[in-house]
Amino acid sequence: MTLLYALSVAAIMAAGVYLMMDRNIIRIVLGTALIATGVNLVIFLAGRLGPTAPAIIETGAYTLGEDAANPLPQALVLTAIVIGFALLALAAIVAYEATRALGTVNADEMIAAREEGNPFEPASREGSSARK
Amino acid sequence: MQSVILNALARLFFVAMLIFSVFILLRGHDSPGGGFIGGLAAAAAYTVITLAFGAAKAERWLILHPVVLMGVGLFCAILSGLPPLIGDFGGFLYHLWWEGQIGFLQLKLGTTLLFDLGVYFVVVGGVLSILFRMYETGAEEAN
Amino acid sequence: MSTDLLVILPIILPLTMAGFCAVFWLRPGWQRWITVTGMTLMAAAAFALLAGVLSQGVMVSQPGNWAAPFGIAIVADPLSALAVAAASLVALAASVYAFRGVSENALHGGFFPLFCGLMVGVNGAFLTGDIFNLYVWFEVLLVCAIGLLVVHRDGVNLDAAVKYAALNLFGTTMFLTAVAFLYGAAGTLNFADLARVVPELGASAGLTFALVLFLLSLGVKAAAFPLFFWLPIAYHTTPPVVSALFGALLTKVGIYAAFRIFMLLFEGTTGLVGEIVVWMAAITMITGAIAALVQTDLRRMLAFLIVSGMGYLMMGLALSTPEGLGAASFYLIHDIIVKGAVFLLAGVIAVAAGSSDLTKIGGLIRTHPVLAVIFLGAGLSLAGLPPFSGFWAKVLVADAAFDGARPVLGGIALGTGLVSLLCVVKIWMEAFWKTGPEGMRVTARLPLVMMVPATALVLVSLAIGLYADPLMDMAARAGAGLADPSAYIEAVMGAGE
Repeated sequence: MTLLYALSVAAIMAAGVYLMMDRNIIRIVLGTALIATGVNLVIFLAGRLGPTAPAIIETGAYTLGEDAANPLPQALVLTAIVIGFALLALAAIVAYEATRALGTVNADEMIAAREEGNPFEPASREGSSARK
Repeated sequence: MQSVILNALARLFFVAMLIFSVFILLRGHDSPGGGFIGGLAAAAAYTVITLAFGAAKAERWLILHPVVLMGVGLFCAILSGLPPLIGDFGGFLYHLWWEGQIGFLQLKLGTTLLFDLGVYFVVVGGVLSILFRMYETGAEEAN
Repeated sequence: MSTDLLVILPIILPLTMAGFCAVFWLRPGWQRWITVTGMTLMAAAAFALLAGVLSQGVMVSQPGNWAAPFGIAIVADPLSALAVAAASLVALAASVYAFRGVSENALHGGFFPLFCGLMVGVNGAFLTGDIFNLYVWFEVLLVCAIGLLVVHRDGVNLDAAVKYAALNLFGTTMFLTAVAFLYGAAGTLNFADLARVVPELGASAGLTFALVLFLLSLGVKAAAFPLFFWLPIAYHTTPPVVSALFGALLTKVGIYAAFRIFMLLFEGTTGLVGEIVVWMAAITMITGAIAALVQTDLRRMLAFLIVSGMGYLMMGLALSTPEGLGAASFYLIHDIIVKGAVFLLAGVIAVAAGSSDLTKIGGLIRTHPVLAVIFLGAGLSLAGLPPFSGFWAKVLVADAAFDGARPVLGGIALGTGLVSLLCVVKIWMEAFWKTGPEGMRVTARLPLVMMVPATALVLVSLAIGLYADPLMDMAARAGAGLADPSAYIEAVMGAGE
């Protein structure tokens, strides 16, 4: 079960990394979302698979039952999902605004900041400042 | 995009979803539910209005600007955590409870409710500020 | 004031102010005043906290009265209290500067709520005692930082935002993965509890993987050698007030987290990891300074000097001795203040001369002698010359390296100091001394709200340089607390029992 779970996490992560390699920033956003999902599953796996009873304390009791699932990974994943949701929304906005302002979804063509001079190629600066 | 069916049913959906979101919010502490989920449901209600009648109308129905709503929610959440700090009997967000009966109603209230209400407002405001912004710029470009 | 209130105030004050700014969304003019008031209060709270920590030792608060290790602890030890105090000084200066330095677009797009939100994230990251909570604060400050780039809504900043967002989101996700593996190995997330549990676990694949991921993700955050490429791409286009905040705070949060995690969990950097960190530190230092030297844009030079400064900080981590960590703590405080000062001053120069490209400006000493003197002060502090704080910072770090049997590292640190001095001299000669090019438009009157905060930060650096003993003592205590975390552990775990 754990192996199957690990393999599926690996598949999701691989798909996410593949998408992040793309030049299309929409795909980069989707890739980031997929990787975030994969990490959530890793957190869940880190809390060990096994018990299936929900982590709810019975009425009258003060501790969790023996067969209850580990509640901490659930809380962590819930937090991570909420944050992931906010980040995805933000990333979508950034991608959208950047596409509108720069007229391209291709990350290689987003060179507005580099037009101010590429920090790693000092020689190209003269040409770009002349263009401005 | 105009659809007669959506336009006719949007108000009905809106009211039903908003009431349901408040229900989720209130059952929050002991059962599944709470401010975040409730807030998302309420934001979905306003999304229906946005789809049917446009962002301007939804913004009017929201009364407050979505970001202002976020600010109000943030205040509620912080306020709910302050009593233990002022009274010096615990850490931030240590919640107080009050149980009692008013007429037929068996009530169980806590400062957590204020916190959940704050989360509810922040989520509604946050989701809708993004939605309205994208919807408006999208509509500008379509024209 | 109660401990609980004192420890949590630096986080909830800016959060409240962010709420205020959001409530007055339709009145951006009021948001300025709200932010300045909030940052003043926050600075006061931060110094009260620092005083409290210095007199009482490590201070702990357990939000919701959930005892450690089950709840999230908010912990202020000497290092975090110092970092919060320095960060709030820079934030105060930047909030005053923001009276003039913010475009209309940014003002209406929510610059000030995001500014406050950024400070929530920074202080939260400094004060948290829980590694998952640290991840949450990273995300808070990342969201606000990206927001601060996006609100300007022009092509350059959006382009920078895309790159900044993609790389830092990936870095933070790696951090979360590392946290997951650490949790899988140790079964707890509280720093103090981890510090007790992890050393007894022995080596395991999960723990090693977590260690490597921590090194990579914090390397991205702290702009360390092979991973710093996002920084000079994103930092030079932003408005000065934003780059001052970013340059002073964001990378420092990364290195602070590295101090915490490596010192508490992995007992310093030993063995192969130690060697890796040593060379990362050395190469970061020297490449940053040399890359800065060949730039001709003032702000890009400063961006590379941030990278160089991160090398000095990593050196303290690489040494893992109390002296090395104390020196790095001193350097951290110096770096936060002086990086804030130079980026604000770079903004003032850009206003005075109409450009920050050193080939297009010059001769400012004739029109703005005061600015020339102040920038010289900031630059000398940056390069590490007396009587400024930078001198003591670099002396302490190099000294710790020689004491810690890393003479090569010490030599590289001193050499890098020379190269950064060359950078500063180059900036000063180009911007102030040489005759300005034809057609340069000089703005004669500089706004006071821009000059005063930048000058104040330079004066703080000068004061630390002239009267270094108190900060040295505090930094030594911070370093000792990092090297021997028993007080930290006892304060956190004892508070729960």
